[in-house]
Amino acid sequence: MERIPILRIGEFLLVTIQVDMHDQLAMNLQDDLSSRIQTTGARGVLLDISGLDMVDSFMGRMIANISALSRVLDATTVVVGMQPAVAITLVELGMTLPGVRTALNAELGMQMLSSAVASEESADGGHRTG
Amino acid sequence: MAATGQASEVELQTEQDVVRARQAVRKLTQDLKFGLVDQTKLVTAASELARNAVIHGGGGRMEWEVLSDKSRVGVRLHFIDQGPGIPDIQLAMTDGWTSGTGLGLGLSGAKRLSNEFELDTQPGRGTRVSITRWK
Repeated sequence: MERIPILRIGEFLLVTIQVDMHDQLAMNLQDDLSSRIQTTGARGVLLDISGLDMVDSFMGRMIANISALSRVLDATTVVVGMQPAVAITLVELGMTLPGVRTALNAELGMQMLSSAVASEESADGGHRTG
Repeated sequence: MAATGQASEVELQTEQDVVRARQAVRKLTQDLKFGLVDQTKLVTAASELARNAVIHGGGGRMEWEVLSDKSRVGVRLHFIDQGPGIPDIQLAMTDGWTSGTGLGLGLSGAKRLSNEFELDTQPGRGTRVSITRWK
């Protein structure tokens, strides 16, 4: 079955969407990512959507779901690289992605993930529970 | 306003057809030199309505026509299915209302992304949604 690759880089997972996704592919990604977070114990997910030339309500919901489920699994998701035309359209469509962290590009997204993980670790005394 | 004679269609039966519909609208608006934001808005509206036709309408088709009058060029898309129709249009047009598992932004969102929007539906007789975006 068609799959979007999930790469592990240290304690983070990297997902780059480069194809025009049909709905099942988006659902598969959600499922795959949650099991990868669980098996790897990843602390963060970088979701790069710079290759997407449109995001409709279904994909927007997938992005929101990934962000929410990673939070429940003790990982932070940062969505990076949204094209301006996509952002304008998504907001006009009625999706503002509340609670989803975003960064302009992958480099800034990585910085955001690193500092998010660092501040969590200092908050709980450097020990990860669970 | 007169159609320039170009008209074509995409079958809408599967999720992959939704992708094909998006790609057809992207190509059409690129060929007509729509701006990137206008392209993206129409492609996104098409994706919502194509998915509706597949999921709620039990399949159908998208037809398109290129419109031109003296000063402007536009694209009109028709999404036609022979599904169960929409019993309560006002409810279906409400943001956040959904009969399925979606977010309920399909119809209302597609309307916001278009310059013109027409909905023709009757219970048991299918649904036809037409949207137009001018360049």
